[in-house]
Amino acid sequence: MNATVENVIRISGLRTQFGSNVIHDDLDLDVRRGEVLGVVGGSGSGKSVLLNTIIGLNQPAAGSIEVLGTKTQGLSRKESRTLRSRWGVLFQQGALFSSLTVAENIQVPLKEYTDLSREMRNAVTALKISMSGLPMDVCSKYPSELSGGMKKRAGLARALALDPEILFLDEPTAGLDPIGAAAFDDLIADLQKSLNLTVVMVTHDLDSLYAITDRIAVLIDKKVTIGSLEELRQNPHPWIQDYFHGPRARAATETQQETQVEV
Amino acid sequence: MEPIQSTSSRKAADATLEHRIDDGVLAVGVSGHWVIANANSLGKLAKEINADGAARAVIDCSGLERLDSTGALLLHKIRQKIEQAGGAVVIKGLSDAHRPLLDYAAAIGRGTALPERAHHPLLAMVERLGRGAVAACHEARNLTNFLGMTVLSAVRSLLNPGEIRFVSVISHIERTGLNALPIVGLLSFLIGVVLAFQGADQLTRFGADIFTVDLLGVSIFREMGVLLTAIVVAGRSGSAFAAELGTMQVNQEVDAMQTMGLDPVDILVLPRMLALVIAMPLLAVFANLMGVAGGGLMVVLTLDISVAQFVERLSSAVSTQSFWIGIIKAPVFGLLIALTGCREGLLVTGSAESVGVHTTRAVVISLFLVIVADAGFSILFSVLGI
Repeated sequence: MNATVENVIRISGLRTQFGSNVIHDDLDLDVRRGEVLGVVGGSGSGKSVLLNTIIGLNQPAAGSIEVLGTKTQGLSRKESRTLRSRWGVLFQQGALFSSLTVAENIQVPLKEYTDLSREMRNAVTALKISMSGLPMDVCSKYPSELSGGMKKRAGLARALALDPEILFLDEPTAGLDPIGAAAFDDLIADLQKSLNLTVVMVTHDLDSLYAITDRIAVLIDKKVTIGSLEELRQNPHPWIQDYFHGPRARAATETQQETQVEV
Repeated sequence: MEPIQSTSSRKAADATLEHRIDDGVLAVGVSGHWVIANANSLGKLAKEINADGAARAVIDCSGLERLDSTGALLLHKIRQKIEQAGGAVVIKGLSDAHRPLLDYAAAIGRGTALPERAHHPLLAMVERLGRGAVAACHEARNLTNFLGMTVLSAVRSLLNPGEIRFVSVISHIERTGLNALPIVGLLSFLIGVVLAFQGADQLTRFGADIFTVDLLGVSIFREMGVLLTAIVVAGRSGSAFAAELGTMQVNQEVDAMQTMGLDPVDILVLPRMLALVIAMPLLAVFANLMGVAGGGLMVVLTLDISVAQFVERLSSAVSTQSFWIGIIKAPVFGLLIALTGCREGLLVTGSAESVGVHTTRAVVISLFLVIVADAGFSILFSVLGI
């Protein structure tokens, strides 16, 4: 990385609210290029809301959000399309279009944003399918014929279709078995290195937090506390202490240390 | 280390691909932005590379500014093409930032191609027709199966009347019968008005105004009243049954029921079926009355016929038999609607989208069955000479 770290996402003074219910208040968050940022927080702390606000599904009540040097509010249709082609989003259940096959799903952004020939488009689709670790025969299947893990991989392939610079993941390992979850973590880490992605990941999975994140943003009291795992372990806030020193966290730390010893 | 992608926009910037042969060495020059936006033109250029007769090839990547996975795939394909033609390939000048991506594309790009599905459009049409026919046969078989299952359960319940869930039956009668009264009544009334109006229009030409009452009475009592009721109920309750049971299926409530040793047919299907079998004839009677009322109003207002004349004519035109011929069909229609609705509901699998599909199917199939059954009744009655 360069000496001057480039922030691909800059959020300052963000406030989101539904009616009189304030979710985030005066929240600041910077995401650096090339890092994997985990977003954690208790249920109802607004992790998914934060993600939705960054990607423009939610309008903030106050504050500014800048993604890849562009303010996300008040964009023209064209500017907003350009910005949206530079990030990819993987929703919790994959959010594949149910009336399209996996291959057609991946081709939706390719058809919308590029003028690739059919041949080239098929080649790119095949590349993305194998990138996400799916066998080639899934391409003609419909989402309803896939297992949960495969849906997520197919959703990831679609999110990666345009080689985005930022990848947003909403609970990528939720609902996967531990082996599947670990494989998915590896896949994300692998893709992140190869494609030099910036990854913002909402997760509850302590194992994935320990395995692949560079920094962790904790949503507490409507604000963000950010730091590396070590820094957060030293943080005296009771919720953070509970989170990183609870029984599950201890188990995850142990597994992580064991794997490191083996390596 | 420079970031692979600059923050500039995705607009196609320059990308070039040069190639020439020097002393049997194929020199390929790669420069500019090898990204998805340029993939089309680069793909065309790559096709022009003639790899024959080159024992060695050098791909010079020193001018490469940006590379994404599509660009890496192209680059890998060029390398592969030359290697397949028998040349040894050296890649030089590739920056450290781009190397992992090319390695990655090389590692996973092996043998990745979408399988092409070749089919003749005419053949596909015949195939679809065949599949449709087979599916219809399956449907008929499965529905018969389900009917058998429900009848068994009904017989069992009738032998042990204590097992029938009367509260549930009553509640379904309320929802499917009582709550349907306004819409069934209004529609029948309007159809009565239309029938009387059309009949009067034709019959007055022959001076046979009074036969409008016969036309109205016979068609409402024998056919229209009950058919209209069935159509409304299929749209209202058949779809509701499918959606309710489907949602329960999605939430695994039906599975939970089975693990507790409860039979979903006893608990979910039978009460709905009984409710419709009871509610349909009652609704049909109401529909008949409203239809005659609507038609009667029209007749009295537009023709020179008094209320007393109308009532007298009606009672001579419509026999008790006509009334029963209409009403006897109602429980059968109710049975068909409940059966299709519940069966489609129980066929729902897992997803929310499946609920929508099966709800639609429930309405279409039950309407189809109701009209087929009505035709069957007509044939039966004409054979019996009623």
